[in-house]
Amino acid sequence: MKLPSRNVLAPLLGLLGVYALFALLGPDSFSSARNLETMARQTTIVGIAAIGMTLVIISGGIDLSAGSIIALSTVVVAATMNAGASPLVSAIAGMGAGAAAGLLNGLIITRLRVVPFIVTLGTLLIVRGLAKGIADEQKIDAPLSWLIDLLAALSPSMRWMIVPPGVWLLLLLAVGVAAMLRSTPVGRHIVATGSSEATARLCGIRVERLKTGVYVASGAAAGVAGVMQFSRLTVGDPTVAVGLELDVIAAVVIGGGSLSGGEGSILGTLVGALIMTVIRSGCSQMGLPNWVQEIVTGGIIVAAVALDRWRHR
Amino acid sequence: MSLLRVNGVGHDFGATRALHDVSLQLAAGSIHALIGENGAGKSTLVKTLSGALRPDTGTLTLHDEPFAPAEPSQARDAGVATVYQELSLAPHLTVAQSLFLGREPTRFGWLDTTTIQTEATTALSRLQRTDIPLDARILNLSIADRQIVEIARALHGQASVLVLDEPTSSLTGEDASRLFDVLRRMRDEGLAILYISHFLEAIVDLTDQYTVLRDGEVTGGGATAETNATELATMMVGRPLLQRTKRTSTVRDTPDPAAPQDDILLHVDHLHGSPLPIDATIELHRGEILGIGGLVGSGRSELVRAIFGLDPVTSGTVRIPDVSGPTTPTACLDAGLGLLSEDRATEGLALNLSVADNTVMSRWPTRRRGWLDLLGRDRAAERWIDELGIRTPSPESTVGSLSGGNQQKVALARLLHHDVDVLLLDEPTRGIDIASKETIYACIEGLADQGKAILVTSSHLPELLSLCDRIAIMDRGQLGPFRPAADRDEHEMILEATLGDRSPAP
Repeated sequence: MKLPSRNVLAPLLGLLGVYALFALLGPDSFSSARNLETMARQTTIVGIAAIGMTLVIISGGIDLSAGSIIALSTVVVAATMNAGASPLVSAIAGMGAGAAAGLLNGLIITRLRVVPFIVTLGTLLIVRGLAKGIADEQKIDAPLSWLIDLLAALSPSMRWMIVPPGVWLLLLLAVGVAAMLRSTPVGRHIVATGSSEATARLCGIRVERLKTGVYVASGAAAGVAGVMQFSRLTVGDPTVAVGLELDVIAAVVIGGGSLSGGEGSILGTLVGALIMTVIRSGCSQMGLPNWVQEIVTGGIIVAAVALDRWRHR
Repeated sequence: MSLLRVNGVGHDFGATRALHDVSLQLAAGSIHALIGENGAGKSTLVKTLSGALRPDTGTLTLHDEPFAPAEPSQARDAGVATVYQELSLAPHLTVAQSLFLGREPTRFGWLDTTTIQTEATTALSRLQRTDIPLDARILNLSIADRQIVEIARALHGQASVLVLDEPTSSLTGEDASRLFDVLRRMRDEGLAILYISHFLEAIVDLTDQYTVLRDGEVTGGGATAETNATELATMMVGRPLLQRTKRTSTVRDTPDPAAPQDDILLHVDHLHGSPLPIDATIELHRGEILGIGGLVGSGRSELVRAIFGLDPVTSGTVRIPDVSGPTTPTACLDAGLGLLSEDRATEGLALNLSVADNTVMSRWPTRRRGWLDLLGRDRAAERWIDELGIRTPSPESTVGSLSGGNQQKVALARLLHHDVDVLLLDEPTRGIDIASKETIYACIEGLADQGKAILVTSSHLPELLSLCDRIAIMDRGQLGPFRPAADRDEHEMILEATLGDRSPAP
């Protein structure tokens, strides 16, 4: 394994920078173990969805429907549990709903040849509407199960896990997808497609099938993020995660992803997601109002990309 | 023994005949040149060999077996490897990844990095270019090195035929000769190489056999050792040259040294771009039509774009009477200098907008307080539709719905509406019908008679001969001397464009 490339190094330094800044300026509670765990939990939902988004963005696309898919997934999880399904089956159903939405995105993009931005802007509304329809525009209560422990703070008897199971799942997914991206033909083909679609086609890569697969993966990842969201809320909520896709995209972009395709990494994306969490957590612990956090986060996004452009000149 | 045979291949694009009864034979262990002017059918032939195009008539055989690839991957699997004119590498991949893109060796589903490393090293060492680092990204490589990677990729596997489409058009002398060494080595290994190029000196130097294409037909062929560059040029141009009557205006053929200096409307002084043009100097007089010829990629467009401030200038000056120094498009237009882009679809015109909007785009008629004068716009558009004979249902029609010739007239109408004094026309007749060409020629000549100054680039030399007062040839970024059109002929200009051979001006 080589050292992280320069593309990941910059966001990594950025993360250390903002962390050090808040550790110095903020209250002691900021760097406590408990707050680190909280930040890890807060990063999980965006992080899992961002793993899928990284694939989409590297392939030269975009998925604006991620937030809606998260909401759909929470609703599906709650509804299937109420229908008597076991927690595991419900979780799989949530992921499956996400994958199905991703398949819809992929098929429209590749078969009808509509640009991903427009397609997923449409499915953003379609999927959100679907979630509201299934839930009858209400929150769906669900029976208590181990699902809600996935992202809850660990009870003292579970301390040996260090972080909750949901965070471990994020890490597991990240390692798996990063290995796929780096060390399998499919991974190379995704990069090649985003870098130059015509070339990929010339080299015999089935670009349409590959892109469809990438959107299915992104939808499934958003579905899993929805299971985590359900764990946090303990109910199915069709109005949750509005606009969350922008946080997800921001994480990828801060982490070195290029919206014109061909560039991005899973490690970078996780670092990008963590940077945003650290800023939120740090600002609120210092008692800074919400609007300051928003301005700082926005500034970081623009600065990260501007820095990247500048380095590439 | 012939490895690959092309037997009487023909292909039409609609009413245009691209290839007609073309036959040639590639032998193992030899380099075969395919030459011809732009549009002679070379690229179409390459496409039939590479499987990108099925010929309408005729057959191909490979190793005496029928060869009819339905798609590029089939041709490649059969051992016919093609390196295209536009490099087809994904910029973000590394060299090693590029070499195996689409056919990565795996173990248990994971990339087999050991095999990739060793085979990539083998592939590059076959070309004796192991100095190219395997983990460098393509975007960090020079064009020459990318070409080597591309050839290495094409040769990897069981290739027995290598097709190279214009491989040296973007290479400098030293890189080109390194490439030739590689090709000679491949030939000695027993490969059959089809080498397509404009550069006749290279053809004579490198190849064993040649075939000349003109207007889709074979007009010559044989052993390269028995011919020379001049003969090849004659075969490329062929039949008595197209004779349009030469321009007979009142304008002198050679600028009168005694003419007042304010007669010069555009003065370009030792202009260097990055990387093209190299040291271009132009004096364009009132009422004069200058022509710049040269091959595709010789830097004609880069030159006019640099003059207009669209491409970066590294040194040298551009002087228009009111402006001097580094120019910008805005300053040029304000000073009365306009550019007609060679690429009307993506740059020259806003295809989704109407004829009227496109006509006035650089100079909108306005009323008091800056409101747009829509009536004035329509009047202006109607005037030019009428004068240039633009065939459009109405001024409101979108430009994209018009034919190529009428689109080009709209682009020209914008310069006329802007009322510029100096017109830079980059390939003004590319891809348009004959009637539109005649209209545009007449318009250009009319403008010169009105005392405007015009610079025309074209890859079609007869056009320059009949239209221009003085003509210069550009070759790999260098602009040759302007000489009166009356003293020039097509044959001599082709030699200048392909050999870089400049006899001193008479």
